[in-house]
Order: sequence, then C-alpha cells, then structure tokens
Amino acid sequence: MIEIKNLHATVDGKEILRGIDLTIRPGEVHAIMGPNGAGKSTLSYLLAGREGYEITEGSVTYYGKDLLEMEPEERAAEGVFLAFQYPVEIPGVANTTFLKVALNALRKHRGEKELDAMQFLKLVREKTKALGMSDDMLKRAVNVGFSGGEKKRNESLQMAVLEPKFAILDETDSGLDIDALRIVAEGVNALRSPERSMLVITHYQRLLDYIVPDHVHVLAAGRIVRSGGKELAVELEKNGYRDFGANEAA
Amino acid sequence: MTTTFSARGAAPETARPYIEQFDRLQGELPGAGLAWLAELRRQGRDRFAEIGFPTVRNETWKYTNLRALDKLSFEPASPTPRAGIDTLPTVRPAGAQGPRLVFIDGRFHAELSSTAGLPEGVELLSLADALRTKPDFVAEHLGRLAQPDDLPLVALNTAFLTDGPLLHVPQGVAVEQPVEIVHVTLAGDRPSAVHPRTLIVAGTGARVTVVEHHVGFGTGADLANHVAEVFVADEATVRHYKVQREGTESFHFSHAAATVGTNGHYDNFILTTGARLSRNEVRSTLAGTDSSTHVSGAYMVRGGQHCDTSTFIDHAQPNGTSREVYKGAIDDTARAVFQGKILVRPGAQKTDGYQINRALLLSDNAEIDSKPELEIYADDVKCSHGATIGELDEDALFYMRARGIEKDQARSLLIGAFLAEAIEEIADETVREAFQEIASGWMASR
Ligand SMILES: Nc1ncnc2c1ncn2[C@@H]1O[C@H](COP(=O)(O)OP(=O)(O)O)[C@@H](O)[C@H]1O
Ligand SMILES: [Mg+2]
Repeated sequence: MIEIKNLHATVDGKEILRGIDLTIRPGEVHAIMGPNGAGKSTLSYLLAGREGYEITEGSVTYYGKDLLEMEPEERAAEGVFLAFQYPVEIPGVANTTFLKVALNALRKHRGEKELDAMQFLKLVREKTKALGMSDDMLKRAVNVGFSGGEKKRNESLQMAVLEPKFAILDETDSGLDIDALRIVAEGVNALRSPERSMLVITHYQRLLDYIVPDHVHVLAAGRIVRSGGKELAVELEKNGYRDFGANEAA
Repeated sequence: MTTTFSARGAAPETARPYIEQFDRLQGELPGAGLAWLAELRRQGRDRFAEIGFPTVRNETWKYTNLRALDKLSFEPASPTPRAGIDTLPTVRPAGAQGPRLVFIDGRFHAELSSTAGLPEGVELLSLADALRTKPDFVAEHLGRLAQPDDLPLVALNTAFLTDGPLLHVPQGVAVEQPVEIVHVTLAGDRPSAVHPRTLIVAGTGARVTVVEHHVGFGTGADLANHVAEVFVADEATVRHYKVQREGTESFHFSHAAATVGTNGHYDNFILTTGARLSRNEVRSTLAGTDSSTHVSGAYMVRGGQHCDTSTFIDHAQPNGTSREVYKGAIDDTARAVFQGKILVRPGAQKTDGYQINRALLLSDNAEIDSKPELEIYADDVKCSHGATIGELDEDALFYMRARGIEKDQARSLLIGAFLAEAIEEIADETVREAFQEIASGWMASR
C-alpha cells in the first residue's frame, strides 16, 4: 500500500505541491488528471526519487517503508516504476544493454538469478513484439533519435520487462496516435493484477477509455481538489478544468 | 615545434645530477664502443646540460609543471632479477602466444620474450642486441626523427638510451598478429629512471600493428622517459597502440615521432590510466603525398594525477589526411592537458585535418586545459578543431537509477559510453576490445 500524507514540496523556494493526500491499495488503478503546471510531474518525480525538491511537510509510506528516505535505485528495486513524461536520451548506451543491466539489478535485489544474454534476448524479443516495436529500436542508443511515440513505447517496454509493483505513468498517452495508444494500453492492462498498483497521470480522458481506473483525482495548483470514480473523467472531458480555478492550457 | 629553449648560461641545477651520472656511466652504456653513438649521446648530454628539465615558462610546457622531479634524485635503474611477474599484460585471448618483447626496468628480458610466429624477414630484437649485431641498421635510424634540440626529455633519453624494442618489417611484408612490447617497472628501494628507445621501421608496403603495455608493479617514484621513432615507408601501414598503467607515484614521459611516406598510414592510440604525472608527445609527419595519420587516445585520471597529451601533426605534402579524437574522464583533483598542433606547410594543398578533444569532469576540482593550435600556410585546405568540457548528465543518471541501476554502475555506463567514442577509433578489433575492457576496469575500480 502507498500512502501519501499531506505532502508539501518546494523547488527553489516556490511551493509546488501544497498538501497531497492519496492512498493507493494493491491492485488499484488511480488516475490523476489536471491542467498543465498543476504539479503532476513533480509528484511523479518525487515518488521516483529525483533530486532537487525540498519536502517541507508530509510523508510517503510504501509498503510500510519511508519511501522518501530511499535512493532512486532502491525504490526501483522495491518495485517503483516511473514512465517518464519526457524520457531521457542516453547517447552511447544501447537500449538492450540498458534494459539488461536494469533487469539484472532488480533480479539481483530480489534474490533471483541474473539472466544471461540468451535468456534476456528471448524475453525482450517477446515483449518487443507484443508492443509492436522493431528489434532495431533495441540496438539503438536509449531514446536517441526516437520519435515521441517511440520513446513512449520504449517506456512501456521497460515497464513490461521490469514488471513493477507500483507503476506511475506520466502522460504516457501524449505523442501517441490512437493505434499506438491502444497497444500501450493493452500492455499496461496486461500488467494489472491484484498485487500491482498504478498511478496513471493524463491530461485527456481518452487514455482512461482503455485503462479503466478505479479512482480519478483532479490535481490543481498542487492539491487534489476532487476525487471520484471513472465517471469524473468524463465530466472533466466535457467541462474542462475551469471549475478548479486553473487556467485551461493545452 | 617553434619553441626555443634558451640556454641559461650555467648548467641548470636540475640537470646537474643527471650529467654527473652520465659522465660516470657513459662507458658502460650499450654500444659504448660505437663512435657515432658516442657522438649522439654527447649531443644529448650537452643539450640537456644546457636546458635541463622544461619549466612552465616554456610555451609547450605551460600547463605541466615538473617541479616535483626536483625533489627526487633518480638513479639509472639497475638490472633487476626477474621477480614476482606471473602475468604480463596482453591483448591476446588467454593462453594465446604471439610475438612480444619484454623489458623489465628498461632491460630486455629474453626468457619472457618471443619472436615466434613472425613472417620471414621480420626482425624483432632488443636495441642493445642490435647495437652489437647490426649497428649499421641502427645508425641509419636512431636519432633521425627525434632530435634533442627543443626537446629536453629527448635530449636526456638520447644521452642515456639503454635498450628498447627494434622492429623491422621489410618491404612488402604484412605481420598479421599484433607485436606486443611490454615495459614493466618493478619496485626498487630508490627512485630509478629508465630511458628506453623504440625503433619501428616499416619498409615499402609493409604492414604491422604494435601494442605497447606500460605497467608498474611497484609503488615507488620511478621515472620512465621513452622515445620512439617510427619510419613508415611509402604504401606502408603502422598501427601503434599503447596503454599506460604505471603506478600512481611514477612519472611517465614519452615522445613518439613518426614519418609517413607516400600513400602510407600511421595510427597512434594511447590509453592512459596510470602514473602520477604523464606526458605523451606524438609527432606525426606526413612526409609523402596522399598519406594519412590517425592520432587518438583516451585518458582516465583521478586522485592527484596529471596527464598531458601534446600532439603535433605536420602536413608537409599535398593530399594528406589527419584525424585526432581524444576523450578524457577526469575525477577528484586530477588534471589533464591537451595541446594539439596542426601545421600545414606551404604546398601541402588539399590537406584534410580534423581534431577534437572532449573532456568529462567528474568532480568540481577536476581540471582540463585544452589548447588547439592551427598553423596553416596553404590555401586549399580543410582543417577543423574543437574542444568540449562537460559533466555527467544528471538527467541520464536519474533515469538509469530510476530503473534500478546503482549509482556507480550508472556512472560507469555513462563514462564508458563517453570514452567509447575515442576507443572506437582503434582500427584493430582485438586491441579495441582489450582497451575497452581496461577502460571498464578503471571505472569499476572506483
Ligand atoms: N525544476 C523546477 N524549477 C522551477 N519550477 C519548476 C520545476 N519543476 C516544475 N516547476 C514548476 O512547478 C509547477 C508544476 O510543474 P509540473 O509538475 O511539471 O506540472 P504538470 O506535470 O502538472 O504539468 C509548474 O509551475 C512548473 O513550472
Ligand atoms: Mg507533466
């Protein structure tokens, strides 16, 4: 279970998260919607362990542990996964190398045997195929020269290979056409299980037609201003975020 | 180089102990009975007596201070009995044999060396032996490319030169296996100095790959002062690779001077991880038309290490191509220097020169000085140079860590990817892979 309590965070003295409360139980899918600049990415980075934020109040408990005390790699080892809104390019590091090192680091942490080159290739080929990705993308440097859609698929591939316990998807739908969206959503749905939790951040209701959430929250100006069931997403799609005092961007 | 060292009247203080040693020892040095060699040595001695060690007042030594040498008095290394050397470095697969010469504290070690597998006509032997068995061949080449005038350390080497490898690949012969040269420094009680001289002579159309290993098994303050002269005849190809992993208290200097004939090719690649202070000078002269040279390297330094790379590409004839790709990773308070000079002489039309030095600073106190220098006297040329200084990409580091990769491993992957761009310049696959592994080892040993 993930419990975010009264989380306040600042960047360069500017308060961006202003008291977030959110509890996600195993097996649940929560969606966070909200206007641009609301703090959605900030929240997801904080959960993944990025530096540069000052947490002024509050706590995050992850299966009984203080998540905010953990290094990013420890969080990943414990099953936290963030699909980045803007995946990072890493020139000179092949996508396969990156994935293999990551997977084996996690397996090692879980006390599982590391995969050799053949076993890994077999696994990754399967997942690549399921996501409609070319083998060529595996050989290329991580995200270098990838289109927006390819980057998002690559995030999905990493998620499929690493099989996280708590996946945060930060606008994974942006930059995807409808076919790609469906494929990525299928990949996400395939991972849904009673043990896994997901936090799906999106700007549009469209994604939630495919990944149907148990709960929907509206984040505006650093606070969750409304929570509801999946019907809330439909309402938001109709009326926009005007009602929440946020300017309607994008 | 255009630099001039001014004689400062009386012998510089720093030169005195070396001159006294020379005057005492000259009779015992190899080839002592050869008049031409005695004359050459005397020139080296006199020049060094005049100028001593370079100082930062000299333009080409502006960034590398040799003051630390003043406090140490180096004795010429005495022949050490073979001791404690179980494994020698190699680029070959485990168990594979091939031609190699081993020098321990500057002296040839016959038992550990082998010329097996060399094609007929190829000569690979120690310089000290060659001075006995084929002095005329040595006389034809020694001192022809590396002259003492403006190079104090070459002057010192010329006076004291004792031993080193001599490789002669005659006309039309291709040597398939790399020839390995291993220089081992053993720990001595006192700081000792070696002045090896390498001669590589490739005849018309000959082809050969040489890999030098420089390793130190001691922790003492030793001085290695190497000079290599490489003759690449018309249509010949010499690939000259070097990896320097000496102890972190040692001083390592080397000056490699190559001359390349028409349609000839000379490659030089130096991988540096060792020595407290090192300076590699590479001077490649395109003396024939349509010749080319690739002079590259990767340096990885940490702690208080200092690593200086100074290259000089001399385009003397038309249609020459030169390419230099250097990459360095500098950690802690280490400091690196890159000075790259490209000279295009009048008449060297259609010259194509490229030079890049990229450094990665891994700590706030790491430092790099990069100084490219283009001197162009022909009008139809294409020359470019560049230097960049960067830090590890924090976003990439976080991305990797967020996928579960430990911080140190993520750093290693990023540094490795950065350095690989230089290591990929190595044309020989075996050497390339071996050097890549050494680079990975450096990162893992943090
Ligand atoms: N590193 C930063 N420095 C300064 N301001 C930042 C930084 N990161 C985010 N912000 C600000 O925080 C607010 C929330 O940003 P973000 O979390 O990216 O919003 P969202 O993902 O909801 O669009 C924005 O006003 C943004 O400009
Ligand atoms: Mg965002």
